[in-house]
Amino acid sequence: MEDFSAKFVSQKISKTRWRPVPAAALQPPELFATGSWDNEENKISVWSVGDFGSLGPNGEYQGEPQLLCDIRHHGDVMDMQFFDQERIVAASSTGSVTIFRHHQNNQTLSINQRWERAHYHVDPDTPFYGGASCTGVICNNPEIVTVGEDGRINLFRADHREAVRTIENADSSTLHAVTFLRTTEILTVNSIGQLKIWDFRQQRNEPSQIFSLTGDRIPLHCVDRHPNQQHIVATGGQDGMLSIWDVRQGSMPVSLLNAHEAEMWEVHFHPSNPDHLFTCSEDGSLWHWDTSTDVSEKPSFFHQGGRSTTLLSHTANQSVISAWLSNNPTKDRMEITNLVPNQTLSVNSLDVLGPCLVCGTDAEAIYVNRHLFA
Amino acid sequence: MWARRNRVLQAAQWAAPNQGLCLCPAPGPAWGWAGLSGCRPSVVAVELVLFCCLSPSPGEPAADMDELDVEPPLTLIPGVDSNRKQMCFAWGPGEMLVYETLFPKECAEKRPGCPNIFIVRKDQDVYSQTLRKLFNESHGIFVGLQRSEEELAGKSRKAQLVRVSKNYRSVIRACMEEMHQLAISTRDPELQCQHSTQVSILSAMELIWNLCEILFVEVAPAGHLLLHLLDWVRLHVCDVDSMVREVLSSENPSKHKDFWNAVDSFVLQGRMDDARHLLSKEASANPTSMGMCKILDDLMKKMPILSIGNTQTLTEMELKWQHWHEECQRYLQDGTFASNLHMESICKILLGDENAILEKKELMTTWYHFLVTRLVYSHPTVKPVELRFYAQSSLDLFLGGESSPEPLDSILMAAFEFEIHQVIKECSIALSNWWFVAHLTDLLDHCKLLHSHNLYFGSNMREFLLLEYASGLFSHHSLWQLGVDYFDHCPEYGKVYLELHIERIPLNTEQKALKVLRICEQRQMHEQVRSICKIMAMKAVRNNRLGSALSWSIRAKDAAFATLISDRFLKDYCERGSFSDLDLIDNLGPSMLLSDRLTFLGKYREFHRLYGEKRFSEAAKLLLMLMTARIAPCSFWMTLLTDALPLLEQKEVIFSAEQTYELMRCLEDLTAGKTDNQKLQVDDVETTKVEILRLALARNLARAIVKEGTLEGS
Repeated sequence: MEDFSAKFVSQKISKTRWRPVPAAALQPPELFATGSWDNEENKISVWSVGDFGSLGPNGEYQGEPQLLCDIRHHGDVMDMQFFDQERIVAASSTGSVTIFRHHQNNQTLSINQRWERAHYHVDPDTPFYGGASCTGVICNNPEIVTVGEDGRINLFRADHREAVRTIENADSSTLHAVTFLRTTEILTVNSIGQLKIWDFRQQRNEPSQIFSLTGDRIPLHCVDRHPNQQHIVATGGQDGMLSIWDVRQGSMPVSLLNAHEAEMWEVHFHPSNPDHLFTCSEDGSLWHWDTSTDVSEKPSFFHQGGRSTTLLSHTANQSVISAWLSNNPTKDRMEITNLVPNQTLSVNSLDVLGPCLVCGTDAEAIYVNRHLFA
Repeated sequence: MWARRNRVLQAAQWAAPNQGLCLCPAPGPAWGWAGLSGCRPSVVAVELVLFCCLSPSPGEPAADMDELDVEPPLTLIPGVDSNRKQMCFAWGPGEMLVYETLFPKECAEKRPGCPNIFIVRKDQDVYSQTLRKLFNESHGIFVGLQRSEEELAGKSRKAQLVRVSKNYRSVIRACMEEMHQLAISTRDPELQCQHSTQVSILSAMELIWNLCEILFVEVAPAGHLLLHLLDWVRLHVCDVDSMVREVLSSENPSKHKDFWNAVDSFVLQGRMDDARHLLSKEASANPTSMGMCKILDDLMKKMPILSIGNTQTLTEMELKWQHWHEECQRYLQDGTFASNLHMESICKILLGDENAILEKKELMTTWYHFLVTRLVYSHPTVKPVELRFYAQSSLDLFLGGESSPEPLDSILMAAFEFEIHQVIKECSIALSNWWFVAHLTDLLDHCKLLHSHNLYFGSNMREFLLLEYASGLFSHHSLWQLGVDYFDHCPEYGKVYLELHIERIPLNTEQKALKVLRICEQRQMHEQVRSICKIMAMKAVRNNRLGSALSWSIRAKDAAFATLISDRFLKDYCERGSFSDLDLIDNLGPSMLLSDRLTFLGKYREFHRLYGEKRFSEAAKLLLMLMTARIAPCSFWMTLLTDALPLLEQKEVIFSAEQTYELMRCLEDLTAGKTDNQKLQVDDVETTKVEILRLALARNLARAIVKEGTLEGS
């Protein structure tokens, strides 16, 4: 907890995302964006953790995040992703999807593009048109995929006014999250505990594969794919359970790990060090799962603060195969630490990039850790 | 600055139609009303005097509850005329709704009804952006305190409570600093004024809290008590440091107009080392007074002081004090400082001369500073019980009958008198929000200081205040989540309050519903769980999301609703000839058993799947079972029998003779069950259907008998 700097921001935070660093850059990320929910007026805000703050005695950064700019967002921010260095895609509870542009020269945010009715309910009996909450968004430049409470899947392109492809009634229950499996395939999780693969190359509006938890129908809330080994997928459920799936085989999870006491809102593999996994939950905890089998073998990348990432993720690979897919991961040395103890209200969102982690809570606080592996 | 503030602070205004106004309590903290759209707000330039009914003051003993401590404040709502129309109001969880009725007052002219509804909010502070940080951060401390080990005995428990108290104070301070930043950065004079008011309120809060911490939580013994009080004064009267900075930055500090004021201020706050440091400037700049300075410096240096870690006994201390005092007295009497008025007055202060100290009234600014200075130089080993006498006389001396004490003065006085309940009562009246009293009372309750006190209403003071505070949070569109933990720690009424409030949280998204649901499930609030799921299921049905609706009713274990939705599915099937939401129905699993209709839906779908997979005999068996085991509703039997037709017409025999008999019985049951009257109404299609079925059954029976006979024979 000492490594974390906390800031109370007077709004319940629903999403936090690091701005991606350019591929060639060696620095840790300096900017992140947050989205709020359940406020009378919700906002997308951009924060800086750059080094212009005061430096501590050992040269470490001590200042708290500084607000750079914010912009009003209509409805709760349900999900949010950086589209590229300066564009942010936000999903709203009103059913709209908006691209915001962050102008870095004068630190302002503006609306770049909006799909007003991306998700909606149609009711033949009443004249009311009802927006349906857009629950998840994922980008793979130039494509944007959104899912919602209406069970719809939309495929947008940043340069197109209309959706490129829409799968109506893709799911009879609520879709909670979406992520890319490969360039043309996406993964969705829904409120009856199913993990589905959709292939946009196929014209059929049906999933190419359905995976599900046995019988219990526990809703799944989040999904993330292993950054290097695309067949390894992690999902988090309503009971706080972490499931690891191998989408090459079977229709059931490879392993189920008892984790949080309430809904797991997000799960993230570390993008460059995937034997580390991070989860956060409604019960107010943020867990760091470390499966690097031997502590001494831990890649030295993070201690030195930046060298080639690709090289090291290669070496990390070897241990990962055994770690996440072994039938009993607890047998291997999996170290689990709760990064924000004594927190009582939900940790809604987290993001990891390089040595940095940011999370946002219902207690209206943002926590930033810039020395994750120190 | 420190004025009593009205609890009713904000009036929002909406337009209402002149007639046909219809009010209904809406599920949510906001008020609902019908027929408001399309009307422009029109402001009526008159005022309504609204008597705000304060909640009964919790500190009051039951006997004289009927007498009010203070006149309830009047709040004027701009745009309301109570002279013209009779007013009406309704309570909400955190607000009040005020509107004019259609009944005119006597001798008032007849005019159309009030075009406005007013929402009057009770607790405006909840809506402050900066104070939200206070609420959120203190929430964590509060929860930590409730979870803390009660078993920790004696010293460590006390240390823990003091730490908690300090945490609360640091949160107030952080908030105050931010508010201060806002006040100086804003250009809008009105906002600036608002922020500065908040700063002074927060600073007063911290002042009171700090004193309560010293007296009630720390319970410092004689000697140490004064050290804490000194720290308290130093923390809150900090003008001296800016003054010193100014003095020291000047070219010739000892000639600065505020030089002696600075020295005096240090002496008055008992900061001897700082005072001596300043004095050395005078000594070096002015050789003639060097000797005098040296003596005064020596006196200051020698002043006996108890320190926290010191093991010195009080008697030792008093003895040393006596000696030192006599020494000062000697110097004063032999006129050592006679040539320098400043130094003479300092020496008098060291001797505890009340008049000399009072002369520095401007430097001390407050009576409690005067009290502490007085104690430092005349009663350094003051006992807690003696405080009240010195406090009262200090207040009287300081004000000198010129002005009357303000609310803050009475609060501090009550604290010095160890009247905890009086402190809380006065704070409740004076402060604009419940945050302060609720948290302070809770802390003091953990110090076991409030045990004997029960109210004639509610359970006890702590719980009463927490409930009020948490209710305020619940009326806020976003802070309601914090309120939950406060209700949790109100043993008597917390649960009921939570139940009533949580039902009024608007559920705009499924995610929010899930969060509310989790709160209810964790607390075994089954009634609320059912109602939330039902609301969500209804919403889903209205949006034509049958799959979602079914999920919600399965989660609530709401059999009736599951039946309803299953019927919708079956109806859709009958109309369209195919199932929607197969991904859900195929994966019902054990939840299928929730309702008979749902079981039927699942099994019927299974029949279709088997049929589709050409597993005819299994399909046939299942179909028959659905009827014979009475799983299928009678209204659906005809459909099932029709479904049997293609099976009966297959090339190979699927229904055995026995099964065919059963099918026939089902058909006869179905037709026999109908009254003659119904039979007449049965249309031709139905009759034809029955005829076809009978024929098919008969043919199948014949084939089955032949086949079975042959098989048995062979």
